[in-house]
Amino acid sequence: MWLKDSSIGRKFVMALSGAALVFFLLFHGCMNLALVFSEEAYNAICRFLGANWYAVIGSLGIAFLVLVHFCYGLYLTVMNRAARGNDRYAVTDKKKGVTWESENMLVLGFVILGFICLHLYNLWYKMQFAELTGIETGVFDPQNGAAYVKALFTEPIWGQVYCVLYLLWFVVLWLHLNHGVGSAMTSMGLNNLKWQKRVEVISTVVATLVVLPFTVVALYYLGMGIAML
Amino acid sequence: MAKKEDILNAAKKAAEVIKEKVEQVAEREEVKEAVEAVAAAAKKTGKAAVAAAEELIAPKAEAPKAEAKPAAKKETKIITPADAKIPAGPLELKWTNYKNHQKLVNPANKRRLDVIVIGTGLAGASAAASLAEMGFNVLNFCIQDSPRRAHSIAAQGGINAAKNYQNDGDSVYRLFYDTIKGGDYRAREANVYRLAEVSNNIIDQCVAQGVPFAREYGGLLDNRSFGGAQVSRTFYAKGQTGQQLLLGAYSALSRQIGKGKVKMYTRYEMLDIVLIADENGEKRARGIIARNLVTGRIERFFAHAVVVGSGGYGNTFFLSTNAMASNGSAAMQMYRHGAYFANPCYAQIHPTCIPKHGDFQSKLTLMSESLRNDGRIWVPKKLEDAKRLQAGEIKGRDIPEEDRDYYLERRYPAFGNLVPRDVASRAAKERCDKGYGVNNTGLAVFLDFSEAIQRLGKDVVAQKYGNLFQMYEKIVDENPYENPMMIFPAIHYTMGGIWVDYELQTSVKGLFCIGEANFSDHGANRLGASALMQGLADGYFVLPYTIQNYLSDQIGVPRMSTDLPEFAEAEKAVQDKINKLMAIQGKRSVDSIHKELGLVMWDFVGMGRTAEGLKEGIKKIDAIKKEFWTNVYIPGEANSLNNELEKALRLADFIEIGRLMAVDALHREESCGGHFREEYQTPEGEALRQDDKFSYVGCWKYTGEDSEPELIKEPLDYEFTERKTRNYKN
Amino acid sequence: MDQYIDIKVRVWRQAGPKAQGHFETYELKHVFQGASFLEMIDILNEQLVAEHKDPVTYDHDCREGICGMCSMYVNGHPHGPDSAITTCQLHMRKFKDGETITVEPWRSRAFPVIKDLMVDRGAYDKIMQAGGFVSVNTGGVPDANAIPIPKPVADEAMDAASCIGCGACAAACKNGSAMLFVAAKVSQLALLPQGKIEAAARAKAMVAKMDELGFGNCTNTGACAAECPKSVSLANIARLNREFLAAKFKD
Repeated sequence: MWLKDSSIGRKFVMALSGAALVFFLLFHGCMNLALVFSEEAYNAICRFLGANWYAVIGSLGIAFLVLVHFCYGLYLTVMNRAARGNDRYAVTDKKKGVTWESENMLVLGFVILGFICLHLYNLWYKMQFAELTGIETGVFDPQNGAAYVKALFTEPIWGQVYCVLYLLWFVVLWLHLNHGVGSAMTSMGLNNLKWQKRVEVISTVVATLVVLPFTVVALYYLGMGIAML
Repeated sequence: MAKKEDILNAAKKAAEVIKEKVEQVAEREEVKEAVEAVAAAAKKTGKAAVAAAEELIAPKAEAPKAEAKPAAKKETKIITPADAKIPAGPLELKWTNYKNHQKLVNPANKRRLDVIVIGTGLAGASAAASLAEMGFNVLNFCIQDSPRRAHSIAAQGGINAAKNYQNDGDSVYRLFYDTIKGGDYRAREANVYRLAEVSNNIIDQCVAQGVPFAREYGGLLDNRSFGGAQVSRTFYAKGQTGQQLLLGAYSALSRQIGKGKVKMYTRYEMLDIVLIADENGEKRARGIIARNLVTGRIERFFAHAVVVGSGGYGNTFFLSTNAMASNGSAAMQMYRHGAYFANPCYAQIHPTCIPKHGDFQSKLTLMSESLRNDGRIWVPKKLEDAKRLQAGEIKGRDIPEEDRDYYLERRYPAFGNLVPRDVASRAAKERCDKGYGVNNTGLAVFLDFSEAIQRLGKDVVAQKYGNLFQMYEKIVDENPYENPMMIFPAIHYTMGGIWVDYELQTSVKGLFCIGEANFSDHGANRLGASALMQGLADGYFVLPYTIQNYLSDQIGVPRMSTDLPEFAEAEKAVQDKINKLMAIQGKRSVDSIHKELGLVMWDFVGMGRTAEGLKEGIKKIDAIKKEFWTNVYIPGEANSLNNELEKALRLADFIEIGRLMAVDALHREESCGGHFREEYQTPEGEALRQDDKFSYVGCWKYTGEDSEPELIKEPLDYEFTERKTRNYKN
Repeated sequence: MDQYIDIKVRVWRQAGPKAQGHFETYELKHVFQGASFLEMIDILNEQLVAEHKDPVTYDHDCREGICGMCSMYVNGHPHGPDSAITTCQLHMRKFKDGETITVEPWRSRAFPVIKDLMVDRGAYDKIMQAGGFVSVNTGGVPDANAIPIPKPVADEAMDAASCIGCGACAAACKNGSAMLFVAAKVSQLALLPQGKIEAAARAKAMVAKMDELGFGNCTNTGACAAECPKSVSLANIARLNREFLAAKFKD
């Protein structure tokens, strides 16, 4: 299977799964933004995405994408380290035009993955998971997502720590996407001489667009939490 | 004329008398008698014969017991058009006729024939690929790590072809004529015409391979003009034409390697050619001995024919525009086996190289000749200005216009800065010899773009020459937009090489020579953008045909074992030579001796040669040879990767080539093209050909390690062109 | 203005492909800054030969930046700390008096060290043999002007074709990937009508060979293009991806 056996096939899988996750994040971010305007609206979306079959399939799909993206990333890194040979360079120097994040995508990926676990435990476990399994995992109704979010982020001290941690996470995410989006475009062949600079800009813009709504929401709750102190 | 013939006859008579006498005598007195007899005969015939007779007798007087060899030596052998296998008929039909009547090898038999190709430059790679496409089994060797690195890759300017795409009146005949004239009437007409004929096929072939030649906005191929022609016939790919053409040939070669039709041996160096006698006792090239440069192992390879495309021998001078590994050893191996070395003294000196900047310098970098289109060449008018430049007190831009001597424009009003390479080079040397050199070594002249920048604007100049300016700045660390560039001539190309007939076969059966390694098409001087043309013509369109005329007789010859005694002997000789070198364990590094040889070559066998200087040079080369064979130091082991040993083996041959160049230059008492004898110049300092005496190819035949080579002549009769004196003044 | 400098050169010495390598530091006095980097190594080797030591083995040939033979990793950069040049075009004026210069061979599994700074780049040739050509035999081709090619296309093909096959791209890549090298050839030939016919097969064959030879997977860091002595563009990699994906989806 060329998607596994050829290097460009593997790149393509990384690019495609990554791009799909970017779209998911964009949606997730927009959904979160609702929290700032109306908790009602947010809860409406939560209800909509609860235990419905399409939501479940969607969630499974996303989980699968993350798994594929992660496994391929790991596999690629192992292969690539082997391709460098046994002896490493004694001196390495920064190369002009090569970003730090592009050479550290796996590290960034791990950080992101770690936070995904935390995030799933913090919120998803209490919302969609509780609704699906019927197990009581939290104090609120699983469909009252807004209440969980508010509780998590406005709790004195811990809420603010979470806010800052999440903000840091968004920085990591931004770095990952800043290289990832452009890289995915190149891997899918969507680049040429004229578009080279533009793809870089698109990458930064998309990364910022993805991270912005999340950041707004985090800042919103950080502010709220501090005000409540 | 009658007088001349008389002298010649008398001299011949004298020689006969000497021969008789010397054969009779065994005693010293009697030899003296012979001398007297000759002197008596010579009285009648004038000075020339006396000189000839004395030369003949002199060695005899010292060694009276020897055979009458010297007398026989003077009878110069002549190579006739028949020997050179030049087809009969009108010029434009020769090649067609040849192809129509030559023998071919059928496909089934091609599979049974092996051909060794040495070198992967334009000639070697294109020949190997074409032969393999036809069905022959090819063994291809190169000394670099990949066939793509051969030095053809460094050619910048372009490749000529008689396409007449520009509608400026170009034709096959015109390209032929320009090449003959540019070569100062020292090339073989039939070969040059064939070259011009196939030039068009080359462009078609390269385009089909995906060579990205420069194009005009309409999508058709662009041309530029080059020195020595009145038409624009040069095709180019940026400033990297050689690279692109070589990569085209390399891709064709790669395709055949992938198919298994070519077996590629990289990092292998041929150290000898193996000749095996056929049933009639005629020796034929049947294989090679090569050294695996990585393991140091000596290996044997058999083939039905051997083709050598190993490039030129410019590195004899140590400093040249050639690559570091370019060498003349393959040529010397052929020469030692009886292939004639033709016109070794014809070496081209390129005027626009970056000057030497120190003793540690390893090579000279060429800048494209195209710079002379807009750059103006000058030195100061006043000697004191030159002195201050040499001391580094002032820069070129500090010298006012009226104190500048644009010597090319002054001497050659019609062509100005665009005179041919040899003329421009000599003029620069002349100024520097007089003390007008402009850098710390006094060996440089200015190439100034200030006027062009004023006229065209900096942007236009940058667009045209930007990459060259950048290269100059990287090397010299000076901004050529602000201060004139400095240039000096350097050895660039060798027109001389192994003698080949019309079929590109050397005087050894089954041994072929192509590209710069042979002597064939450029006469005494090569025009710009013609080297690429010749390499590819030989490799793609000439050799693959002509070699079949030879191989068709070889289909009955089975593949031979490399265990044959001829292979064993050749390998042993190579091994002995290596052991001898390794055993010297002297004090000098290979490079230090090579540099010494280079200086001697430059001073005595360089741009301006004199009989006296050449004799002196030969003496010095002999001394260097002695020094090398007694005092060189080679570290490491013979049977492992050993760069110093590789260099030493090559230097051993460079020393021989250097000597051969000097001997040839000394014998050629005229100035033509790349060979300038100071005794033979017009009052204005221009080259003076001696067509009545030297209109021939000077072929040298090897006679032994320590004996002088034998001269064989191939007269050059110009049936289809009229000889003219090159004139670039008006 | 160029000066004379004293330097230390820390060179990777490795007796053979299987031998254990190590760094050796040599002192060089009075080196003229106008000398090229390889001329400095020549001076070092003359010094070593004079001391009856084994000189440093390294690849070099044309010394004008076009043959692609020289291949040194100098102070953390393939071809040294100057842009758009090969090692032979690097000059000592890029270094300061008293500096220690570290010189290493290309390090990549597909480029095994032969000795000291000399590596085996035969893998690049093998990739070319797999498909880096237009399948035409000598003779029997149409006239050179039979197919017009727009100038911008021809120019772009030329830029891709300027690759010298030195291996700096794979050496610079943290993934040991040869993508830029492969992409340059695939691009050049895919752009031109002569090469277009086989473009799909070529892309597949060359990529398959590249993978087979143990090169790594490209992650678009751009280090290859940044260090390429001929400034071959990263855009070529996108074109290779495009050609390859199109070919695969067509199958």
